[in-house]
Amino acid sequence: MRTILVILRKEFIQVFRNKGMLPIIFALPMVQLLILAFAVTFEIKNINLDVVDQDNSPVSRELISKFQGSPFFNIRNFYADYDQASNDLKSGRAHQVLIIPQHFERDIYKENKAKLQLITNAIDGSAAALMNAYGLSIIRDYNKDLIIEKMGDNFFTEPITISYSYWFNPELNYITYMVPGILVLLVTMIGIFLSGMNVVREKEIGTIEQINVSPIKKYQFITGKLLPFWFIALFELAFGLVFARIIFHIPLLGSVWLIFGVAAVYLLAVMGIGLFLATVSNTQQQSMFLSWFFMVIFILMSGLFTPVENMPAWAQHLNTLNPIAYFIRIMRMIMLKGSGFRDILEPFAAIIVYALSMLSLSVWRYKKVA
Amino acid sequence: MIILFGMPLVQVLLFGFAISNDVKDANIAILDHAKDNVSREITQKLLSSGYFKLVKDLSSENDIGKCFRSGKVKEVIIFENIFARNLDKEKKVNIQLIADASDPNTANLLVNYTTSIISDYQRELIQDKQLPLQIEPEIKLLYNPGLKSVFMFVPGIITVLLMLISAMMTSISIAREKELGTMEVLLVSPLRPIQIVVGKVIPYVILAFTDALTILLLGYFVFGMPVQGSLLLLLAESLIFILMALSLGILISTVSDSQQMAMMLSMFALMLPTILLSGFIFPIENMPVVLQWLSNIMPPKWFIIIVKAIMLKGVGLAYIWKETLIISGMCLLFIALSVRKFKIRLQ
Repeated sequence: MRTILVILRKEFIQVFRNKGMLPIIFALPMVQLLILAFAVTFEIKNINLDVVDQDNSPVSRELISKFQGSPFFNIRNFYADYDQASNDLKSGRAHQVLIIPQHFERDIYKENKAKLQLITNAIDGSAAALMNAYGLSIIRDYNKDLIIEKMGDNFFTEPITISYSYWFNPELNYITYMVPGILVLLVTMIGIFLSGMNVVREKEIGTIEQINVSPIKKYQFITGKLLPFWFIALFELAFGLVFARIIFHIPLLGSVWLIFGVAAVYLLAVMGIGLFLATVSNTQQQSMFLSWFFMVIFILMSGLFTPVENMPAWAQHLNTLNPIAYFIRIMRMIMLKGSGFRDILEPFAAIIVYALSMLSLSVWRYKKVA
Repeated sequence: MIILFGMPLVQVLLFGFAISNDVKDANIAILDHAKDNVSREITQKLLSSGYFKLVKDLSSENDIGKCFRSGKVKEVIIFENIFARNLDKEKKVNIQLIADASDPNTANLLVNYTTSIISDYQRELIQDKQLPLQIEPEIKLLYNPGLKSVFMFVPGIITVLLMLISAMMTSISIAREKELGTMEVLLVSPLRPIQIVVGKVIPYVILAFTDALTILLLGYFVFGMPVQGSLLLLLAESLIFILMALSLGILISTVSDSQQMAMMLSMFALMLPTILLSGFIFPIENMPVVLQWLSNIMPPKWFIIIVKAIMLKGVGLAYIWKETLIISGMCLLFIALSVRKFKIRLQ
């Protein structure tokens, strides 16, 4: 026990002596939380629309005014022909072009049928789908108005009404969704990177050999290496939670203790990963690259940005090996829905198993020989 | 070595296959107070759409909260009592949808899908009368008619990797020499600082370039992602971007004394903004103005615009000279800064 305390002291001195690292460990995560929370959104507003109105009739003008009135659209330019609008699409100044052909008004009244074109830059597929949906719904609503104007109010009768409500996040605020995930991310980074780097650093500088020849036991060394970052990460989580509460007004419906309980175990799991990666690599560069590689895959698969349920089955199976996915799920459940211990039992058990196996794996892998 | 080449491959494949925003087989629960033929028909319609999977039949309102909290259900659909009779007699019935909006995006999509399926059913009920005055919108999806998400991600991944390999690796490898003390040996040698730096940097240029090519090939052969514009122009632009990233890497290494610090700096200051503020995954237009402004000083943003323009839109230099100029300018700036900061002597 005394030995562990001595190693702990050494590690803490090393961490706090490094003046360059301190702001990076403490200030940057907060900045990240701020930027991330605001940057990450799939909402679409301010669609830049170019209009090519070749008809120039009351009907076409009225339709355009509907687009003008929509909060989603932002009409940039009126052009006489498509070539100019196409230039805007190419240069990225416009996202969408609405083309109303000649005789639009005549066709609609004479032939009961008129065509128009909506051209979308679809490089970002999901955004394009949304832009289309917004555009189409404006056109459809206007179409309905036209029909009612001509045929009278009773033309449409719709017996089924659909009412809907959004629970846990009635305003569909994306920030509320992202912040719990981002907190997990910040904690994970400290867990995986710093702990691993720390061990490799000793390897690289050669001081690990001095420790190897000392009577310090394997488990003492590893505990001493991990605990400081364990504390730092938990501290940062607490800080982040307060931050989320004050700045973003993210509710914390569940129990704080539950969050910390899970986080404590989770950190052991990710530190185990970091340590394991450290034991298999010889330089800090290598260890960093390895951790970065796993980190990116874990993050992308974790459901932080895109829901896990939308992934193909094999990807979801792969996710059983992904600690971040479990913790993000738990975090969101506890913070946003107020889930209790019984609700999170399943992912929590997975994290416990993970922590145990990762730690024993890295203890086994770490050899006290150079 | 394996990592350097394996990583881009795995990432592109992952992105291409696994990352998607389309909802399918979402878990729903149904609370059917009516249990008559209409409510059953609507349920049938919903389940056969492919978007939904029924995991639970609820019997009372009290169960709703519980099944949301366990996370097993994303949406609950409630049919009111004596549904079919009301529909017949009073021409007025209500269906209530409750969505778990802790994931707002999915919640929104689910409600939209459900609403449109029920509306379709309703339209069948009314027996479509011939509607007059139809506007027929014709939709055209430019540059990515299949709405494939890979098209969006490949340019982003190329950018991130170039940034990672060039900026991060250089900064760390120079910081490493400093830390281990071998930098001193190099400095007292007859080599001039510029030679040291160029020598350190060239391997990474080659590496980054090979990686970019690998991704392009993969995108082309596996996902059918075309290069519409000039390949030569694309490679030239990549070279400028790589140079920019390298000079940024050198700059980072001059201000940090240890590998750990260089790594954390490039990790936090480079990687996350590169991924988040560059328009790689999240459209910049939707961010708050401050962040939009901030994104302008992120070099990757401009490079992603260039790559997308050349690969997907097939435009030439005439459309992207501004972006090219910005990256070149940043490149010069970083070089100038790091030349000023580069110390020939150690403290």
